[in-house]
Amino acid sequence: MTATTIYVPRDSAARSVGADEVALSIAKEAALRKIDIVTVRNGSRGALWLEPLVEIATEQGRIAYGPVEVSDINSLFDADFLRGGSHPLALGKTEEIPWLARQDRITFARVGINDPLSCLDYEKNGGLVGLRRALEMKAEEIVAEVTESGVRGRGGAGFPAGIKWRTVLQADSDLKYICCNADEGDSGTFADRMLMEGDPFTLIEGMTIAAVAVGAREGVIYLRSEYPDAIATIRQAIDLARANGWLGRNILGTGKEFDLRIRVGAGSYVCGEETAMLESIEGKRGVIRSKPPLPAIYGLFGKPTVINNVLTLASIPAILADGAAAYKSRGVGRSLGTQVFQLAGNIARGGIVETAFGVTLDTLVNDFGAGTLSGRPVRAVQIGGPLGAYFPITSFSISMDYESLLSAGGMLGHGGIVVFDESVDLAVQAKFAMEFCAIESCGKCTPCRLGSTRGAETIQKIMDGDDLGANKKLLLDLCEVMTDGSLCALGGLTPMPVKSAMIHFPEDFDSRTERIR
Amino acid sequence: MTLLIETDFGTPSSSRTELVGVEIDGVAVSIPADTSIMRAAATAGIDLPKLCATDSLKAFGSCRLCVVEIDGRSGTPSSCTTPVVDGMKISTQSDRLDRIRQGVMELYMSDHPEKCATGDECEMHGMAKQVGLTEIRYSGRTHLDLPKDETNPYFTFDSTECIVCNRCVRACDEVQGTFALTIENRGFEARVSSSGTSFIESECVSCGACVQACPTGALTEKTLYTIGTPTRSVITTCAYCGVGCSFKAEMRGDELVRMVPYKAGGANEGHSCVKGRFAWGYATHEDRITTPMVRELITDPWRKVSWQEAISFAATGLKSIQSRYGVDSIGGITSSRCTNEEVYVVQKMIRAAFGNNNVDTCARVCHSPTGYGLGKTFGTSAGTQDFESVDHSDVILLIGANPTAAHPVFASRMKQALRKGTQLIVVDPRAIALTRSPHIEAAYHLQLLPGTNVAVINAIAHVIATEGLIDREFVNARCDLQSFAQWEEFIRLPVNSPEALESSTRVPAEEVRAAARLFAAAKNASIYYGLGVTEHSQGSTMVMGIANLAMATGNIGRPGVGVNPLRGQNNVQGSCDMGSFPHELPGYRHISSGEVRQIFESKWGVKLKSEPGLRIPNMFDAALAGEFKGLYIQGEDIAQSDPNISHVHAALRAMEMIIVQDLFLNETSKFAHVFLPGTSFLEKDGTFTNAERRINRVRPVMPSKTGKSEWEVTCDLSKALGFEMDYTEAAEIMDEIAAVTPTFSGVSFARLDQLGSIQWPCNDANPDGTSVMHVDHFVRGEGQFMKTPYIPTDEKTSRKFPLLLTTGRILSQYNVGAQTRRTPNVIWHSEDILDIHESDAALRGISDGSWVRLSSRVGETVLKSRITSEVPAGVVYTTFHFPESGANVITTDFSDWATNCPEYKVTAVEISPSLRGPEEIHEHVMGGDMQLESIIRMANQIAANVPTGAAPEYAVAHHIEQFWTPVMRQRLNKEADRSRLLPIVLRALELDVSGSIVEVSD
Repeated sequence: MTATTIYVPRDSAARSVGADEVALSIAKEAALRKIDIVTVRNGSRGALWLEPLVEIATEQGRIAYGPVEVSDINSLFDADFLRGGSHPLALGKTEEIPWLARQDRITFARVGINDPLSCLDYEKNGGLVGLRRALEMKAEEIVAEVTESGVRGRGGAGFPAGIKWRTVLQADSDLKYICCNADEGDSGTFADRMLMEGDPFTLIEGMTIAAVAVGAREGVIYLRSEYPDAIATIRQAIDLARANGWLGRNILGTGKEFDLRIRVGAGSYVCGEETAMLESIEGKRGVIRSKPPLPAIYGLFGKPTVINNVLTLASIPAILADGAAAYKSRGVGRSLGTQVFQLAGNIARGGIVETAFGVTLDTLVNDFGAGTLSGRPVRAVQIGGPLGAYFPITSFSISMDYESLLSAGGMLGHGGIVVFDESVDLAVQAKFAMEFCAIESCGKCTPCRLGSTRGAETIQKIMDGDDLGANKKLLLDLCEVMTDGSLCALGGLTPMPVKSAMIHFPEDFDSRTERIR
Repeated sequence: MTLLIETDFGTPSSSRTELVGVEIDGVAVSIPADTSIMRAAATAGIDLPKLCATDSLKAFGSCRLCVVEIDGRSGTPSSCTTPVVDGMKISTQSDRLDRIRQGVMELYMSDHPEKCATGDECEMHGMAKQVGLTEIRYSGRTHLDLPKDETNPYFTFDSTECIVCNRCVRACDEVQGTFALTIENRGFEARVSSSGTSFIESECVSCGACVQACPTGALTEKTLYTIGTPTRSVITTCAYCGVGCSFKAEMRGDELVRMVPYKAGGANEGHSCVKGRFAWGYATHEDRITTPMVRELITDPWRKVSWQEAISFAATGLKSIQSRYGVDSIGGITSSRCTNEEVYVVQKMIRAAFGNNNVDTCARVCHSPTGYGLGKTFGTSAGTQDFESVDHSDVILLIGANPTAAHPVFASRMKQALRKGTQLIVVDPRAIALTRSPHIEAAYHLQLLPGTNVAVINAIAHVIATEGLIDREFVNARCDLQSFAQWEEFIRLPVNSPEALESSTRVPAEEVRAAARLFAAAKNASIYYGLGVTEHSQGSTMVMGIANLAMATGNIGRPGVGVNPLRGQNNVQGSCDMGSFPHELPGYRHISSGEVRQIFESKWGVKLKSEPGLRIPNMFDAALAGEFKGLYIQGEDIAQSDPNISHVHAALRAMEMIIVQDLFLNETSKFAHVFLPGTSFLEKDGTFTNAERRINRVRPVMPSKTGKSEWEVTCDLSKALGFEMDYTEAAEIMDEIAAVTPTFSGVSFARLDQLGSIQWPCNDANPDGTSVMHVDHFVRGEGQFMKTPYIPTDEKTSRKFPLLLTTGRILSQYNVGAQTRRTPNVIWHSEDILDIHESDAALRGISDGSWVRLSSRVGETVLKSRITSEVPAGVVYTTFHFPESGANVITTDFSDWATNCPEYKVTAVEISPSLRGPEEIHEHVMGGDMQLESIIRMANQIAANVPTGAAPEYAVAHHIEQFWTPVMRQRLNKEADRSRLLPIVLRALELDVSGSIVEVSD
């Protein structure tokens, strides 16, 4: 009998709930029972509520069990789970788990399937098809294909990637850069990390296609220090890619040149803003640069630079492999393709939900998410990270796309959705937004540097019931100065959670003493 | 007169030339592309509110006060960071913009003192008013309890007034290039910091750029607190180095509050250094002597007398000497610290009233080889460029100069170019700061042994000649081809190859070759040099070698190229221009030319001698020989600054009448009989000429503390000697200079006031002056190549003196220190220190900071040591700012073969630990016929060095005729021991050199 292949995720979310111990226990138990097994540490399927999710390769396909604890292992062996035996934790075929089956995975197509560092698996599952095609195309044609696909910046700004690439392609310079922004600092977001840990070659391939398209020979991945596993995985992936001729002086034998390095951040949220990120990569204080000049023209070390988020770049191989038409056939309006939503906070079934734009908030929170983990009713949802708007349940019919969220006074951001139950105090959340800004402000522009501290102080006064009318007016005035006057999105968007909280949850800003809760 | 507030356009001007049209608040503006909206508005008279923007710094966009609205664009971009685009329609006023500006100011003022310490000096309260802020509704945390940093002697950093606009940080980075300041922490806690330490302990060089840039009272000159807010400004020129920075002297009554660099200043464009900006307190120091003094003997106490008595005492003494020892027994020295007008009248007095040409100037000991070398090759004795030229250089060859210490404001400009990508080659025995400092690294540092400059420049030229890198097109079009052919043949000789010279220079041949290729390949390559070139026995040869290199590579006559001597003193260029040399009348015209003399004779109404007079070292020799008895010294401390001090002191003691005109009693005044109090630059009315030939106005900001102008005193003495000089104001002196000097014919005070400054030549052909010289042809017609054989100096290391001493300056002190030692600058440098390489120190058991005995064959002194890798093994280095350290006790009287510029940069020495410190010093005793010894040495040196072809004796004879006095020539001919003279000298003597004077054309 040949050895059975067992998949236990290596993703740090899975590890945080005991995946390493589970993998070890399975190996020990198998040895004890003299059963031959091969353990593959795959990426996570993204159903974090099922982690550690153990899969067994059977003749019928992969059968899932989860969430598995060390104490379950004996019983799993007893239930002959290696042949798909039934067990209270059995979930059936992995791809038939409804939560996964209902998704439309393009960017995350390979995440969770394979060993993230297996070059063989990568090619077997469709890797490099996009790059090979791109290498046969003219630079203008690649840019045209990306433009045609309608893919927009997934970092939050939603700027069409193709247009950015075209600017860099047309810039006249001997040196150009591709920078991947992997400084995923928004609360409630984890898609970049999961992709880098679960399918790093896709990101490398996407960056290489970008390089071929705009004529860059060097690339940098700016990765936050809080992601040690992602750093280690990407590092190994770059080495492997180089050894295989996917990177370096002769990409796939075409004579084209591109190489990558990692720059690890130092814990500053604002370095996720693209110009501060450039400063940080250059070894300077992470401070915002004024725009213009745009980084596409005057970017890293003053050279034309493509800056895209991990998810943007990781979508590129599929766009090139399957064509723009396939990608843009998904989505609504000007929000085309799929979005990798991340369900977090007080939610029963958290994780990655990749689906076409246009899904409703209700579907995400209540169908996929199954409501709160606490079981209490949902009161508010913050969409798009700490600078995103708070929405009440009355807004749950909203279509999740760039334009709809904008017109509702919010933003999609990086696709993070954080759920709160009825115990949340939105004044506290509004104050937190200002405090977050105060801590993370680079300190360059006045509205953000001073405004964030004054904002937190003023909200505290409101919470204390001091001169409510005047302080609310002052807070709104401050929000206008920060929105219109700030140099970058940090100061400029901090009023969004504050104002949305005041609009949708005005009762939380009334005098505490009069409040009944 | 009122306080001059210069227009601040907010952002620098655009380098583009094509114009675009925009509409700002309905006003059509046509402006170069890439100009910021803010600057475009300012040119249209629309003053946008701003705090973080100032036109000396790149736009930053942090204060958010200057926001505007643009038709067709959403948002409110900052006008400082947004460039104009053709057709743009911009509004600077709207309710929304008002709300943003008021909101921003409300935030600012919620963390700002209600009253600023210096009152209306702070822009904040004015800005709050300007944007219509009426109320501050916030309360909460502030930074108002942060302590002040008072450690810098000149300015205070008060963090409570700081608005974190980064102007100081940016000024330190972009303008000064020191990178001493930063912002620490982020968000609300973001604060300006001198990199985590106090200002005085930081890398700060106190240039003052941050203080000037600060829009609030956070960085403030201490005088603003102690004296008060200035009420009027006078534009004048700094009196320290040859950069010649323009300043606004800001006054409160007759009291100087502060010196603020003037943005319209041609040399400095608004920048400054610690000396010009802050170290002017000496001018009113209690040591100032303001009353004339006399004494019969130098052992007598000084006696305060009236001006009349002092002048009469001096005149009587000088006349008596001349009646007893002859008309040539007295002379004078002009000062490079004084104005052109003051210098001109002194040389005029000497030539007309003394009746001889015994006039020399302190340029003798610094840049006289520049005059000689550039005169021979290009035809004029001055740098070829303006400072702005360095912005256009692709490669800079920097030789024997330490600009960050000696020419700091120009160094900042050079550093700006280097940070933009200009490549640098440093030729220096020491690892000067520019070899490696923040964001700057020299491509090559050719770390030669002192005294081998000519070998290095020849090796560089050899590579260029033998590797086919000569710019033949330029040479063929612009240079004398016969001299070029001879030079090319010479320079190609294997003896000039880097490999052959490596053992002498210690510079690896491959580095020389690589540096030569870099220089030759540059589109625009420039050469900058300092006293490390001139103060050598082959100083003049080296200057000619530099000129050869520039010509051979076609690097003359346009921006970005050229030969640029960095002049040491504020008016050393001017004092040379004004005819301070014994062989030259104003405008570098030889005294032997009857035609030239005729101009002056008719103007002055006196007959002039046609023979050159004595140079400074010749004067000392003549004094020791008993032939020279009286000396008028205008503002120079020769008893500290000149080499082989024992020799100088002996010569001074041998004289009967020494007249010192100075601000302070100094080393030289110890030997003086008459002290004529001088005026500081703050009291002078006149002009200084800087290293780029720029004539700048010096304007009196306060009345003379002596009651007289210095030129008046000179005129009084001249009159007492029987030659009347009648001027009612300094402007009349410049009018006379213009009338007798073709290169100055277009210069007048009125024209200077109109143009701001003028770079000579200024005449009918160049009515606004000349920024770059030799554009279409050289001043002398065709560029002349000169052969430059490398002749090692006679000052060689030996077993007894195995090390080489070289000397220099540091940033905070200036030359003999008479001024800077009387300012708080001593906080940075309170004594001269001997720099020693680790290996040399270890070999002798010398530890860091200990007393070290330093001895040469002429003298010895004791200094504190510093063990450093800035000097290579075998070389020691010190400064000469303090009289007690006596660096010039050590230096010898060896000098440049052509000009007698002392060889300060090479002295063979030994060092040893000193237990007792300064008590150990022994004075050396002078003996023998010093004059004859000097004459023999100089003649042999000329014979060894004079660049020539077939018959060197003619060149030697010609040189001696041009520069030696008849007495010196006679002694060489009659008294010198022939067996000690080189054969070429003997052959030259057979020619008729002591006979009649021939007219010399060059």
